[in-house]
Amino acid sequence: MTAKKKPMLEIKGLRASAGDKEILRGIDLTVNAGEVHAVMGPNGSGKSTLAQVIAGHPAYEVTAGQVLYEGKDLLDMDPEERAQAGVFLAFQYPVEIPGISNAYFLRAAYNEIRKARGLEEVDSMDFLDLLEEKLRLVEWGPEIMSRAVNSGFSGGEKKRNEILQMAVLEPKLAILDETDSGLDIDALRIVANGVNALRRPDRATVVVTHYQRLLNHIIPDRVHVLSAGRIVKSGGKELAHELEARGYEWLEEGVGAAS
Amino acid sequence: MTEAFLQDFEAQSGTATAEAPEWLESIRRAAMERFATTGFPTSRDEEWRFTPVGPIAQNPWRPALGSAGVSREQLGPFVFGHPEWTTLVFLNGVFSEALSSVGVLAPGLRVGSLSEALTADGAVIEAHLGRHAPTISSPFTALSTAFVREGGFVHVPANTDVARPMHLVFVTTDEAAGSVTHPRNLIVIEPGARASVIESYVTLAPAGTYWTNAVTEVVAGANSWLEHTRIQRESERAYHIGSTHVDQDRDSHYRSFSMAMGGALARHNLHVRLNGENVEALMYGLYLTRGEQLVDNHTVIYHDQPNCRSWEVYKGVLDGRSRAVFNGKVFVKPEAQKTDAKQTNRNLLLSDTAKVNTKPQLEIFADDVKCTHGATVGRLDDVALFYARSRGVPAGEAQRLLTYAFAAEVIEEVALEPVRDELERLVRERLGAV
Repeated sequence: MTAKKKPMLEIKGLRASAGDKEILRGIDLTVNAGEVHAVMGPNGSGKSTLAQVIAGHPAYEVTAGQVLYEGKDLLDMDPEERAQAGVFLAFQYPVEIPGISNAYFLRAAYNEIRKARGLEEVDSMDFLDLLEEKLRLVEWGPEIMSRAVNSGFSGGEKKRNEILQMAVLEPKLAILDETDSGLDIDALRIVANGVNALRRPDRATVVVTHYQRLLNHIIPDRVHVLSAGRIVKSGGKELAHELEARGYEWLEEGVGAAS
Repeated sequence: MTEAFLQDFEAQSGTATAEAPEWLESIRRAAMERFATTGFPTSRDEEWRFTPVGPIAQNPWRPALGSAGVSREQLGPFVFGHPEWTTLVFLNGVFSEALSSVGVLAPGLRVGSLSEALTADGAVIEAHLGRHAPTISSPFTALSTAFVREGGFVHVPANTDVARPMHLVFVTTDEAAGSVTHPRNLIVIEPGARASVIESYVTLAPAGTYWTNAVTEVVAGANSWLEHTRIQRESERAYHIGSTHVDQDRDSHYRSFSMAMGGALARHNLHVRLNGENVEALMYGLYLTRGEQLVDNHTVIYHDQPNCRSWEVYKGVLDGRSRAVFNGKVFVKPEAQKTDAKQTNRNLLLSDTAKVNTKPQLEIFADDVKCTHGATVGRLDDVALFYARSRGVPAGEAQRLLTYAFAAEVIEEVALEPVRDELERLVRERLGAV
């Protein structure tokens, strides 16, 4: 690591609630360009909430703190503005949209992002060319694009579709929310390859996961443990192995002991 | 205004001769007597509870008298598919040979204007006209039969696969303001035949007030296959009452798609009778309403025989202060064992002031059947909206995209691709979807 790290995401004292229930209780986290961070923690620790708050999910209210993306106030932006600026959330539960094809939906998203950046929209033929390479990345044929968005997809197919969307939209900051849950070993490999192929010095990834197993394929630079809405421990990739061996209980008393 | 119709009826009966053989004259007269007895329905009539037809009943409608002239270019927005399709055009109730294109027909296939067919195909028409759409089913059907004059006639001979769809286009122009037309269609598919028929009700007077009172009778012979699409795009100040009556023989497959987007008040009755074993009836519908529109769909399926399947999905997208009515009846006779019937009505509300009355009705007298129904009225899903927005699609576009998806899901059930494309185009045009 060089001395001059460029922060891509800076979270300071973030608190967020759903209804009257506070879920995030003061998160501090900095992710630099080129890095992969893993956010781990037991169920209910607030991992998914953190991911969704970064993407702008309307179900959560931010009550305190700051989130900066490339120095800009992310919380002041609509979800679509965040996406247009290069933020991407791979959903834990991707939404089914019967009635429109995967190709139609993804091209609409791709073109909206291009439009927002002052670029020309692409027609469906050019889009198909672009798709070809991205489909190879997730080891899919073109048939998947004529199926309705996630409709009737298996759990694994939905997660792969998230990675495909990510590959097409090429975000600068990708947040993967439990993308590994429910995947068999082949699908896990495909998802991990997709993520690794997009790693670049000017991009960053936050991997939210309960298990260490995805981190065998996507090697993180930093690992953070979330418990009861706070980061209670941070470390290098070896922390993930330690969690795998020891579980989360030994950390849960140590609230506030983030290193 | 029942009186006015009686006078019009006497006027037309005095003049008709060649086009009105005796058998036709007698069913017309019986139908007129029926209408004179019932008059227009009122809101006390259960079938019309949520659909007040006062504006129709109180208006002195004149009989429409055709049109001085409409060009092919003017019809451009309403004709779709392939130029080789058979297209019959009716202007203000009168058949226009100049605007129609029949093309080369399969041997034995008859397709043309009902009034012209009365001479050559009188026997087929006599065998079926008024037999499938009984005048007791509705006062409007009685009125249609009393004023039978013109419409589409399709007769597909046995074991004939008609590859080219047949499109019946009923156009109303501003010359017909204040007028009524009674388009009357007869579609006879003989055993083992296969065909696609489209009915379009369109207007060149988008702000015109007129009334279309349409009736279509469909006979699906044993082992036949028919896709029947109905596209109702009347003026949003017009009135449209339509009834489709289908009789299906054994092993036949009938699939209907009923699209309704026009009319100040629009009602479509679809009655399908499953008269033989192993019949399949698929009934799909989509209505898009806005402003003060009221769109009503009443469907009735008669499971008279065993081992039949009926599958029905109607969806609605409502905006403004519009209203939709859906009523779906399924009757299963005691002998209709192994009936498989499913009925779904789903409504998407885009405004706080739109309203839906939906009522499924199952009357089952057999014990070994599988019958389900469900109705929903709701709004766009917040999580789905967030999903689209999180991919960079702005909020307004995301709403239109998801609304389009909701409507397009049922359009996917249309078998004929050019029809599907046209229906999707109409929805996109209406919603301004991405």
